Order: sequence, then structure tokens, then C-alpha cells
Amino acid sequence: MPANRFNGFTDYGVGIGLRIPHYRHILEQKPVVDWFEIISENYMVDGGRPMTVLDSILDQYRVVQHGVSMYFGSADPLNREHLLRLKTLARRTKTPWLSDHLCWGSIDGRYTHDLLPMPYTLEAARITAAKIRQVQDFVEVPVVVENVSSYAEFHMSQMTEWEFLNEVVEQADCGILLDVNNIYVSSQNHGFDPCTYVDAVPAERVAQIHIAGHSKFEKYILDTHDHPVLDPVWDLYARAIERCGPTATLLEWDDNIPSFDEVHAEALKANRFLQAGKIREEESLRNAGMPVEPELEPVR
Amino acid sequence: MTGELHQLQRRMAAAVMQPLTLDETMRKRDRSGRDNHAEAAGFIRPNDRLDSFERLEIYNRQYWFRLFSSFEEDFTGLQAVLGRKKFQALMRAYLESNPSTSFSLRNLGSRLLEWSCDNPQWTAPLGELSQDMMSLEWAHIESFDSASRPVLPVETMTSLSEETQISLQPHVRLLKLHHAVDNALIALRSDSGSSNSSSNSATASRIVRRFRAVSGVNHETIYLAVHRYEDTVYYKRLRLEDFYLLQAIQEGRTLMDAIDAAFEFSVMPEAERPGYVQSAFQHWMSLGWLCEVTSD
Repeated sequence: MPANRFNGFTDYGVGIGLRIPHYRHILEQKPVVDWFEIISENYMVDGGRPMTVLDSILDQYRVVQHGVSMYFGSADPLNREHLLRLKTLARRTKTPWLSDHLCWGSIDGRYTHDLLPMPYTLEAARITAAKIRQVQDFVEVPVVVENVSSYAEFHMSQMTEWEFLNEVVEQADCGILLDVNNIYVSSQNHGFDPCTYVDAVPAERVAQIHIAGHSKFEKYILDTHDHPVLDPVWDLYARAIERCGPTATLLEWDDNIPSFDEVHAEALKANRFLQAGKIREEESLRNAGMPVEPELEPVR
Repeated sequence: MTGELHQLQRRMAAAVMQPLTLDETMRKRDRSGRDNHAEAAGFIRPNDRLDSFERLEIYNRQYWFRLFSSFEEDFTGLQAVLGRKKFQALMRAYLESNPSTSFSLRNLGSRLLEWSCDNPQWTAPLGELSQDMMSLEWAHIESFDSASRPVLPVETMTSLSEETQISLQPHVRLLKLHHAVDNALIALRSDSGSSNSSSNSATASRIVRRFRAVSGVNHETIYLAVHRYEDTVYYKRLRLEDFYLLQAIQEGRTLMDAIDAAFEFSVMPEAERPGYVQSAFQHWMSLGWLCEVTSD
């Protein structure tokens, strides 16, 4: 299940988001990490320290790109400079897949730098899917879309968020980056059962999973990425792994960032779910009379 | 329907990008006097805990908190010059009239100097000092992540003629300033360039940074190269002759023209000039500043 055409037929384990406060530790200590996720936009520059660090990381680790401002759901056309820089970076990193969000954030050439929610309409799905296809065709790397946390819903929506996600990925024929923390946050903010969402996602399209911490306020929850992962999110993650199989998983920690070791230890908690998923997968293969492949060491 | 999506996104963006109140909450009415509660209710569903306005306000606050945080990080020197209150007023005015048009927050301050020249009321009576500081801080951001091209080979250097054109590294920025803001800024910040990383997390509250003021910045004309060496940004004081020579090279003029430009305002005795030119070029070569002219 985990190796599919949406993640370039890779079998990645638990990764960590590459963040500036950890640069020195990673370059000097060279910790064993299966892969790093980079925010593409932070490396779409012409030179200097960001690129030097990236090249050093690429010498030793596998890297996957994650974008935050392609805005597939914006009614604006795609930004050509952004696309060109994305493609240049993808060639440099050899990322097996690229992700960005199912959202919008710019209109009429003005950028909010936020991940704004979509109206869940058929026409919005059509426009979004067409742009995902354009990016995929131009960059020539599989594109996967991530569900966002949201704090508002629109009167004009005609379907649920998961129905909209399914509509988009079917039309675009792309993969999904399933953020189980975002599902949990949105479920609390909008009053739906997060398990219904996880159960509705086409498991065969899930290329990667995000986990993260969030913050609770009196009347809503914010996706702050500044805490360890909370229990309800681990529960949802377990359910997602049960449905999708052991899938490449990444812990996001963007604010109040603790030491590298602390972030890594939190991320590695995902391993017990992944191992259980592997055992289940092997059992089902044996039951079906199919050969079970020996486990491979991660490639360095 | 494309129109409907566009219309909704325009409507929401207009609301989200509305300035906050001084208490950093969403305004009850927009600039035209329209009721923001009614506007929010027009396109956003309420839930059992938040009305439409409150849901929209989450995005309105996040938008500004993200921009404020980025701008404050990029212009710590300007804040130290103006003081917190004046800086906050300038920042709000600038960002209201110059919303981001780039996919990267790195470019948020790209129009600040031009805007400041057109709107001197936000920096008065420290206009010149403020503009010096914002020039230096923007040059730092640009130098931090600009391209670096292969340096001019020594053998090329030895065979230069008067008609040769050479080029400066893209990360070298030349500034003529009226205050010694370089020393003031070095004291204020570490070498971080624009460390405004993009991320996909939400901001619960506005980040409050430590504020330090600068005082007693000397009023003097300085010539400065903001450049990068081994991935660190440096500020290097230049002689007047250096500045005009490098500026002419950057403009793509021939070596002969550039050398003429160097001495246009110089009082350096004629006899010292050949030696100066030779040692200046040797020094810039050692810093890797000189490269070949490329078609782009």
C-alpha cells in the first residue's frame, strides 16, 4: 500500500520537517533520520546559506518538498515564476513527490500568506483539479494535496470537505497528503466526526501523512504546530494507518521549536503504529497466499 | 461559476486584509462604513460557538500577525531608529498600501524605501536616517540569498584591456548613505538575513520581540558594500573611489570608463592612482566580487 504512483513508488518511514534552529545539529551530528521534508518556498532563492545547507542535507538524506503558497484553489492563474522556481528546486532535490495544500491564499495577484478554506462546490473542484494537473505536467513530479485546518465554512458549499477532496483528487488524478491533525482541528471547529473523514478518503491515493500539535482555545482550535501530538490525533493516525497501510509520515513542528532530539523522539512515536500496520499488511498477504518481502534498510 | 469563486475570494480577501483596530481585533465597520458583521454573515456560516464575524476575525488577525512578524524581523534597525510607536504606525501604513504581491514573505519590504520617499510623514523628522537604515536592511536581505557566480579567473584578470567589461557578483549591493547605520545595525542584529521562513501553521497571538533603540548615529557620508562571504553577510566600508569604480562596473561600463568614474570626485594625487587601482582590484578578487559578464 504505501509505495504507490502518488509517492513515486517509494517506501519512506518517519520524517521530520527541516527547520532553521536544527541546521547546526543536523549538519554536525548527522542524526539518523529516514527523510526530511522542506518547505519549498524557503529554498526558492538564488543562493546563499539556504542553498548551501540544502545541498549538504541532500548529500546525506532523502528530501521531500512541501509547498505552502501554490494555492491550487485560487481563482487566479498559477504564478509562472513560482512554477519555474519550483521545477528548478525539484530537479535539485530529486523529490519523489511534491505536496501543497487544498486551499487558496491569493487573489488578483495579492498574497495573504495564509491557507484559506475552499468553498466546497463542483466548479471550485474543477478549477482546483485543473491547476493541480498543470503543476504536475509542468514540474513532472507526482503532486499530492493536503487537507488544511479551517476556521470558517461558506454558505455556498454544496458538499462536505472530504467529498470535495475526493472530487478534486479524482479529477486531478493526484495523491493525498492526509493531515490527521488538520482533520481533527477542523472536526472540532465545524462539528463533524473525524473518523468519518478518515474513512471516506480513498486509501489508495494517500501518499503521505502529516501529524502535528495544535492549541485549544475557548471556542475553537488552532493549528499552531507548537506542541507534541495530542492523543486524539494519535488515535486518528492509528485509524489512518489501519486504512492506508504503513505510509510515509512526517511530524510538523513550526513554533516554539524544541531541540532536534525532542522533535525526533516525538516523530518516532509514529513507528509503533507503522510497525503494527506492517504486521497487519504481512498477515493479509500471507492469508492471501502471497509472498512477503523482506524489510529493507533505509537508503542513505 | 468561475466568477462566483473569484467573487467569493475577492470578498474574503478584502475582509481578511482589512486593517485591525489598535487592540488588534477586527473592525466593526470597513472603510466605506459597511457593517462587517453583516458582510461576514453574507458568505460565512456561523456555528454553535462562533458567529460569522468571529470566524472571519480569526483569519483577519492571522493575516496581520504573520505580516507584522515578518516585517518586524526584517526591519529591526528601522524600529530601533524610529522607536516602537512610530515604527508600528509606519508598518501598518506601509503594509496597508503595499500588500504582498509575491509568493514569498521575503519580498514584503521590497517597496519600503520608495514608499517612504513618497510618504515622508511616517519617518519625519528622522527621514534621512530612517531611509539609510531601510536601504541597508533591504540590501542585507537581498545579499543574503542572491546568486553567486563563478569568480573571474586570475588569468582573465591579467589580460584585461581598457575596453573589457567585467561584472560584480549579484550579492554585492553598493550603498551611499548619510549616516553610519552599519555600525548601529551590527550592534542590533546577528547575521540572519531574512529568516522569515514560510510555514503552514497558524499564529495564536502576535509575536512580541525584544526592542532596542539606537541613538547617536553619526551623521557622515559613508560608502558601503553589502556582500556575502562564505554565506555570511558583511558590511564593508568603501573609499569614495571604490564606490564609483564598483558602481560603474555594476552598470556594465568598460574598465576604462569605470576607472574614469572612480576619480571623477577624487582628490587622490594622480601619482597614487595606478597603485590604488591595482590594489583595489586585487582586494576585490580576493573577496570574490568580480565575475564575467553574462548574457542575462
